[in-house]
Amino acid sequence: MNKSRMKKIGMYLLLTIGAIAMILPFLWMLSTSLKSSNVTFVLPPKWIPDNPNLESYRQVFETVPMGRFFFNSIFVAVISTFFQVLICSMAGYAFARIQFKGREVLFYVYLATLMVPQQVTLTPLFIMMNMLGWANTYQALILPGIFSAFGTFLMRQFFMGIPNSIEEAAFIDGAGYVTIFFRIIIHLAKPVFATLFIFAFMASWNNFLWPLIITTDTTHMTLPLGLASLKGRWTTDWNVLMAGTLVSIVPMMFVYIFTQKYIIKGLTHTGLK
Amino acid sequence: MVGFNKWNKVKTLAIFLLPSLIGMTVFVILPIISSLGLSFTKWDLIGDIQWVGMANYSRVIKDPNIHGALWHTLQFIAGYLPSVMIISLGVAMLLNQKLKGVVFFRALYFIPVITSWVAVSMIWKWLLNPEYGIVNYLLSLIGIAGPGWLVDADWAMIGVILTSVWKDIGFITVIYLAGLQEIPGHLYEAAAIDGVNGWQKFRHITWPMLSSTTFFVVTISLINSFQVFDQVWVMTEGGPAGATSVMVQQIYLNAFRYYKMGYASAISWVLFIIIFAFTFAQNRMQKKWGYSDE
Repeated sequence: MNKSRMKKIGMYLLLTIGAIAMILPFLWMLSTSLKSSNVTFVLPPKWIPDNPNLESYRQVFETVPMGRFFFNSIFVAVISTFFQVLICSMAGYAFARIQFKGREVLFYVYLATLMVPQQVTLTPLFIMMNMLGWANTYQALILPGIFSAFGTFLMRQFFMGIPNSIEEAAFIDGAGYVTIFFRIIIHLAKPVFATLFIFAFMASWNNFLWPLIITTDTTHMTLPLGLASLKGRWTTDWNVLMAGTLVSIVPMMFVYIFTQKYIIKGLTHTGLK
Repeated sequence: MVGFNKWNKVKTLAIFLLPSLIGMTVFVILPIISSLGLSFTKWDLIGDIQWVGMANYSRVIKDPNIHGALWHTLQFIAGYLPSVMIISLGVAMLLNQKLKGVVFFRALYFIPVITSWVAVSMIWKWLLNPEYGIVNYLLSLIGIAGPGWLVDADWAMIGVILTSVWKDIGFITVIYLAGLQEIPGHLYEAAAIDGVNGWQKFRHITWPMLSSTTFFVVTISLINSFQVFDQVWVMTEGGPAGATSVMVQQIYLNAFRYYKMGYASAISWVLFIIIFAFTFAQNRMQKKWGYSDE
């Protein structure tokens, strides 16, 4: 056996060990969730349960409104992502293409907010929402997540890279900015839309701190919160906890399987370019 | 623009920019300003707001809870940052080889990244269970009696770090991979002709050529890890005996458990100043010792 072949096998070995370390926790979650309470604590641990059953899943859905959490998470994520992409792209377009007084200054104000950590705005946002009587409402969950300086910045950078000539032709034909944006620009921007869409969706889907602060009743809880609330109810019933965790992961897994290429591409582009 | 009168321009600008401007003002800019204002006051949400000047800030500086939280946050960063960078760079270099199945491995390593912090924390809390957890079971197979992890004050932070590194490897790996793919192949070809060995190649080509990637990774990881909260809250709630209490948790507790709005705002501004100082210092260091890409 030659040296380069040995090296290759070594590399595959390392990659496989790493892959096992990444996957094993998920498999253990699956295995635990299929066990009955009385066999959860058996040593040595059994990877394949003797009597796999869906009892823990039934318990999850019976004790907490898991369906409701699902709906809330999806509803909040879809609405806030849609508006984030729309509003950021329109603002980004204005910053990139329309000349107006104070444009640079305004853009720097947007950029400056990026440096301030989210935690700084938590108390005023909480106070504001309570004054409006919006605690435990969808608008409180959705609105603060829509407006993103990062998204605006991302869009502006993209639009600056589009050659002016595309719009000039349309201007000569008498089209206005709005027509140009919705008829032409939107089609060119599909990849960057996809990137922002995925980032915004993931951020909303996984958001924990803000929902933790602004929701107290189960009717408006999103999945991460509902999951954390399970923890209080079933401290040691790991089969039930793992069933709940698995259910909360599945939708994002599906999104990931179909958008994997865009996610990694998007990350690569926004990260360094 | 041709044929554009002023009124039309104002209208266009309003359509494009106003939604964003109103939203940013109401939900980002005004809250930032009010938070700064609040930090000089004392308010429990019910009574009157009292102006207290710098009192909150001088209290932050003296508060042993804040000292503890800052110390634990720094412990987290000291454990998390180097580990996640070294492992991710290693994985990225393996994935950068012309091997079959690289796309598959990359997709696999990324799964924890798309999983929520709450879910990851739940899974690892179970894996790190002192008696029945898989981690201690695996350790026992090689004759090591595993620690109490999250219930042991000396080990809890290590458990949180382990979990966080596991979750973020995929993310940092993808960034490093992008950096590695930018390195021109002819540099390695030239090195191969000169008979340079693997370590020297890494030391003199790969690492210097990755300096801007590393700078980016350190910057975002540093900013994110100063804001560590979700995993701590789910795994330990800052315990045992406060051993894992972190800065954001102090903001959360003071604001939403004790209703000290002013004090919580002051802590958040101190956190901002610390993050800013670190980022600034890192930026300066990069300029001083950094390797230019040219």
